[in-house]
Amino acid sequence: MTAPGKISTVAQQVIWNRLISVVEEQAQALVRTAFSTSVREAGDLSAGIYNEKGEMLAQAVTGTPGHVNAMAAAVAHFIRRIGRQSMFEGDVYLTNDPWEGTGHLHDITVVTPSFYQGRLIGFFASTAHVVDIGGRGFGADANSVFEEGLYLPIMKFAERGTVDRTLVAIIRGNVREPDQLVGDIYALATCNEIGHRRLVDTLKEFALDDLEAISAFILENSRRATLERIAALPRGRATGAMRIDGYDRPIDISVALAFENDRVTCDFAGTSPVDKKGINVPLVYTKAYACYALKCAIAPEIPNNAASLAPFEITAPPGSILAAERPAPVALRHVIGQMIPDAIFDALDKLLPGRIPAEGAGCLCNFQVSLRPRSDAPAPDAVRAEVLMFNSGGSGARAAQDGMSATAFPSGVMTMPVEATEQAGPIIIWRKELRPDSGGGGTFRGGLGQLMEIGPREGQEFDISAMLDRIHHPARGRHGGADGGATTIALDDGTALRGKGKQFVPPQRRVEMAFPGGAGYGDPAARDPVLVRRDLAHGYISAEVARSTYGLGEAEIADILQEAKRGDLF
Amino acid sequence: MGAAAIRLGVDIGGTFTDVVLEDGGGARVSAKVLTTLAAPEDAILEGIREVCRKADVAPGAIGQIIHGTTLATNALIERRGAKTALVTTKGFRDVIEMRTESRFEQYDLDLTLPEPLLPRNRRYVVTERVEATGRVLVPLDRAEVEALAEDLKAAEYDSVAIGLLHSYVNDAHEKAIRDVLAARLPGVALSLSSEVSPQMREYERFNTTIANAYIKPLMASYLGRLRERLAAEGVAAPVFLMHSGGGIISLETAAEFPVRLVESGPAGGAVFAADIAARHGLDKVLSFDMGGTTAKICLIRGRTPKTARVFEVARSYRFKKGSGMPISIPVIDMVEIGAGGGSLARVDAMRQIRVGPESAGSVPGPASYGRGGERPAVTDADLVLGKLDADNFAGGSIALYPDRAERALATALGEPLGMDPVEAAYGLAEVVDENMANAARVHAVENGEDISTYTMIAFGGAAPLHAARLCEKLGIARCLVPQGAGVGSAIGFLRAPFAFEANRTMLTRMSAFDGAAIAALFRDMAAEATAFVRSCDAAAPIRCDHKVYMRYRGQGWEIPVALCEADARAPEGATLLALFEREYSALFGRSVDGAEAEITVFSVNATTPAAKVRPAAAVPAGARVAPTGSRALFDAALGAPAEAALYPREDFGPGAFADGPALLTEAETTIVVPASRRAVALADGSIDVALKDTRR
Repeated sequence: MTAPGKISTVAQQVIWNRLISVVEEQAQALVRTAFSTSVREAGDLSAGIYNEKGEMLAQAVTGTPGHVNAMAAAVAHFIRRIGRQSMFEGDVYLTNDPWEGTGHLHDITVVTPSFYQGRLIGFFASTAHVVDIGGRGFGADANSVFEEGLYLPIMKFAERGTVDRTLVAIIRGNVREPDQLVGDIYALATCNEIGHRRLVDTLKEFALDDLEAISAFILENSRRATLERIAALPRGRATGAMRIDGYDRPIDISVALAFENDRVTCDFAGTSPVDKKGINVPLVYTKAYACYALKCAIAPEIPNNAASLAPFEITAPPGSILAAERPAPVALRHVIGQMIPDAIFDALDKLLPGRIPAEGAGCLCNFQVSLRPRSDAPAPDAVRAEVLMFNSGGSGARAAQDGMSATAFPSGVMTMPVEATEQAGPIIIWRKELRPDSGGGGTFRGGLGQLMEIGPREGQEFDISAMLDRIHHPARGRHGGADGGATTIALDDGTALRGKGKQFVPPQRRVEMAFPGGAGYGDPAARDPVLVRRDLAHGYISAEVARSTYGLGEAEIADILQEAKRGDLF
Repeated sequence: MGAAAIRLGVDIGGTFTDVVLEDGGGARVSAKVLTTLAAPEDAILEGIREVCRKADVAPGAIGQIIHGTTLATNALIERRGAKTALVTTKGFRDVIEMRTESRFEQYDLDLTLPEPLLPRNRRYVVTERVEATGRVLVPLDRAEVEALAEDLKAAEYDSVAIGLLHSYVNDAHEKAIRDVLAARLPGVALSLSSEVSPQMREYERFNTTIANAYIKPLMASYLGRLRERLAAEGVAAPVFLMHSGGGIISLETAAEFPVRLVESGPAGGAVFAADIAARHGLDKVLSFDMGGTTAKICLIRGRTPKTARVFEVARSYRFKKGSGMPISIPVIDMVEIGAGGGSLARVDAMRQIRVGPESAGSVPGPASYGRGGERPAVTDADLVLGKLDADNFAGGSIALYPDRAERALATALGEPLGMDPVEAAYGLAEVVDENMANAARVHAVENGEDISTYTMIAFGGAAPLHAARLCEKLGIARCLVPQGAGVGSAIGFLRAPFAFEANRTMLTRMSAFDGAAIAALFRDMAAEATAFVRSCDAAAPIRCDHKVYMRYRGQGWEIPVALCEADARAPEGATLLALFEREYSALFGRSVDGAEAEITVFSVNATTPAAKVRPAAAVPAGARVAPTGSRALFDAALGAPAEAALYPREDFGPGAFADGPALLTEAETTIVVPASRRAVALADGSIDVALKDTRR
C-alpha cells in the first residue's frame, strides 16, 4: 500500500489522464458559452491548469498553437502582479496585455486561483480571441498599440466573488460590441470555474491535499520524454530564411537552429526590425509558433506543459519584428507569427531531411468586413455589422504525400459556415471553392488555395480590412518542387487592392480574392502518373498545367477529361 | 396491435445478426447467427427459422418485424454506395471537400484528410442564389438545368443529391431541379437537402444529403429483396425499421431517407436500457454498452434517451472528433470511445499506459486467446486480475491462456514501468475504466447533469466486467445488469414507438417574435411528422413533442428547450425566454444579463405511445446464495487482491443476494461485484449491483 501523501503508480497514471480531461472540459464549456464567432465557430481559444508555482500542467488541444507558450508563461505574470497574499477564494483576474498575455489586445486571458481546504493550490487560465476591443478595429493600420484598442493590465475582474462594476463599465464604454465582449469574459470565468470544480472532485476522490505530488510526476515524465526525443536527434546546426510581404516593405525572417544534447535552441538574429504598422510580434507569440513547429517535427505526441516546453529555447533580438516591444502595434501579429514555422522548416529540412513539408500558405487568409447602409441609396432594412471570416490556403506538400487543400496550418482554427456568416451580417459570399492550379507542382503537389468572392447585400456598402500575405512572396517549393500560387485581391472591375489594411469597396462592386496554394515537394517529373490523371480529372490542375508541368500528351488529356465527364473514379 | 401479438426484432451487426421473438405475454426466444454481408437477408431468414423452431410458431404467425441494421453505416465507411452526383450552387462545388478547413490532429505533419464521399468530377453546379432571408437573388435557369440533366444521363448516375445554399429557408430551386431531373432521368434516385436535413450549415446539410443519396439505391434494393424473401418464407408481417433517433419508421420512409438508419443498432441498445429503466421506475439512467472494440455511453432521462441533431460517422483517425463526416439527422446522443475487450495497451513516451482505440479484433485476438496475439488487451488484464475464468470463458467455447496474458502484460507494460504482471493488469484496467469514466463525466457535464445521481444499466459482453468499477469512479450507487444483455439492441427494437422527427431552421429573434407564424410552422411540421407515423400505424394515437433550440444572439451553440403542448399551440415570447433562461442557468450556472435570445431550430417529434412497460415486481426477501467456490480477484478500489466467492448467475432467484467480492458467471459474461458492493437478483432476473450500505 502507498504511504500517505504519496500516490501509487497506477493512481498517478489515472490522475494525469483526469487532468487532461478536466482542461478539455474547461475548453468545451468556453466554446459553448462564448459569443465571439472567433471562439465559438473557429475555436480560437485555449484553456489550461497550473500548479501553485504557476507551472502549466496540462493544456486543452484547441485550434491555436499561438496560445501555447504564451498561456504557459501568463500565469507567472499574474502571480507576480497580483501577489499571492492578495489572492482570495472567488477571485477572477484578467488581462489583454499583448506582452504578458497572448500577443495582441484582442486576446483576453482570464486566470482563476484554485483554493482547496482554504489553501491556494493552483490556477486555471483560459484565453479567447474577441471580435472587437475598440480602437481602430481589428486590422493592420495602427501606428502604435494605443490605437489598437482598450488595454486591460493584469487586474482583478472579481474579488471574493464580487465583479468589479467600474471595470465592466469602462470596458462597455470602450468597445463596439459590449454585450459580446462582457459575455465572453463571463464565459472565460465560467469555464475556469468548471475546471476548478472538477479538480476538487478529483482531489477528494484520490484523497489528495494539493497538486504537488502529481505535478512532480507529470513534469518529470514530460521532461524525460522530451529529452529522450532530443537526445535521439542528430547533433547539428542549420539556418533558415524566408522573405514575406509585410505591410509596405518586405519582412525577412532569419533563424538559426541548433540540436544540442539536452535542448533545441532557435534564434531569430538577422530578422527584420519592428515595422511601423500593426504586424509586429511580441516574443511570447514568436515562442509559441516556434515551439509548435519544433514540437510537430520532434515530439508531436508529448503534451504541452511547463517541462515539455522548457527544452525548447527560443530567442529573438529585442527590437526585431519577432520581439517587438511596447508600444509597437501588434494587432495582426498572427500574419507574421504564423509564418515562423515555414522559416524554421527551412532550417529543419537540413537537419532532418525527408521529414519536413514544403512551405504552405502560412498565415490564415482572414478579413474583416464593416458593413453599413449605402450612403447614397440605403435600403430600408440596411444595418451596420462587423463580420470576421477565417479562411485557409493550401498547406505544403509532404515528402510522401500531397499538401492539404484549403486547410489551416500552422493555425488550427475552423472556418465559419457561409450560411452562418450570411445570417450574421448583410454580406453575400458569391464564391468559396478550391483554386485550381494553385498547388505548387512536384512529386507531391502542394495543397490548393481557395477562391472567394464577396459583395454587400442590396442597399449596403462596406470597408474590407484585409490581413493577407504571400502576394509577392508565394510559398517556395522544396527539393525541386514548384512554388505555390500567390495571393491576389482586387475588385471585380480589375481595380487592385492592398493585401493589408482597411479599404473602401464601392456599392455594387465585389471583392475577388485568390488565397495562396502550398508549394510542391520534389521534381514534378517524378510524380506518379496516376496522381496526375486524378488531379486533371478532378480539376485540381488544368489541361495546360498537365501538359507543361507534368508532360501529359494532348490525346491523353482529352481521354482523361472525357472519362471525368462520365463521372468515372480516378 | 391485434395480430401483432408475436413480434420479431432483427439487428444486423458487423459480426452477428440477432433475432429476437417475443409473444404477447412477454415470453422471449433469441438466435445469434453470423452476418452474411453479401446477402444480409440470408442471415435474417436463418435466424427467423431458428427462433420459430424454438418458440414453436409458424412464420405466418409473426405479426410484425422491427429491423435495425449497420448496413447503411458500413456502406458509408467502406464506400460501397451508388454512383452519385451532387448538384449545388455555383461557387460552392467544394463545400464537402473543404470541410471546416481545419486539422483534427494538431501535431501530425503527415496527417491525411478523409476523402469526400463524392470526388470533384461528380459534383456539378448550377447558376442560382437564394439569400439568408430566403429571397431569390439569382433565379434558376431552367435551360441550364435541362442541359445538366443530359450530362448526368450520359454519365449514367444511379442517384443524385441536390443541395443548394439556404434551401432550408427556401426550397423552391431544389424542387424545380428535382422536377426537371425526375422527368429526364427516370429510375434515378433523387435526394433534396431541404427534405433530408433542412438545417442551416451547408457542410453538414450537403454531406448528409449526399450520404442519403449514396446509400439510397443499395438500401432500397436490400429492403425490396428482404420483403420478397420474407414473403417466400411465408412471413406476411409488415417490416418496420429502427432509425437513429430511437423510433420506428415504415419501410417506404426508410427507403426514401436511408441515412436515418445510420446507428440504428446502438439506438436499439439505448431503447433497451430505457425500457429497463422504466420497468424499475428509474428516472436517471446511464446506459453503458461495452463490446469487443468500443464502449457506448448514453444518458436516459424519464425513460427517454437524450437526442442530438448532428453526429459523425466513419471517423478515420483513432475515433478522433472531426476525422469522420458529419450527418445531421435526429440521433440518440451517444458517446462512443475505442474501449472494448479487444482494445490493446502500450506505454507511450511519457511512460503512461495507453489503451485503445486499436483493437486486437477476433483475429489474432487478445494474447490470452493463444491465437498469435502478442500485445496485451483489456481481456488479458481482466483475466490476470481474476475477473475471468480461464476454463470457462464464453461458456467454455474459447480457452484462455493466463500465462500468455501475463507474458504480454510483462513485456508491453511491466518491463518499461517496473511493474509485475498483476500491477500492470491493474494499471491497464484502471486506464481503460478511467477513459470510459471520463467520457461519461464529460458527456454528463455537457448536458448539465450530475452523473452521481444516475443509475447505470450495463449490457454488451464486456460491460458487466467493468461496470462496478465505473460506478465507483463516477460515484454511482447502483448498476443493473439485465437479462438478455447479449441481444439488447434487438430487444430494444421491440420497445421502440413509431416516431418521426422533423427539424427546421428558422432564425427568430425574441425581439421579432411572431407567435402566429411559429404556431403555423409547428402545425406544418406536426402534419409532416404525423403523416410518416400514420403510414406505420393507421389507428394508434399520435403525440407530438415540440422543442426549440435557443441561444443568446451571437452564440454559436444552441440548447434544446422543450415546450408543452399549450406553448406550442400558442407560443409566447416571454414564456419561451423564461424556459430558455432556466435551461441555460442549469447548464452553465448563470444566464447572461442584457443579451438577446433567439431561436434557431424548431423540432417536432411525432410518436405513438411507448410500448407498455411491464413493471418489475417487488423483490421478495431472498436468501444469501451459497457460493460454488472462490478465486482471487484484484479489487481496484482497494488496490489489492481479495478472495471472491463464485456463483453461477442462474442460482440467483428473485431476492437472492451475495456480497462482494464476488463473481457471477453466465455463458455470455461475468458480473464482477467488488468488495464495496452487493449483488441482488430482481424479479425480472436483472442483477442489481449496489453499494453495500444502500438500503432499499
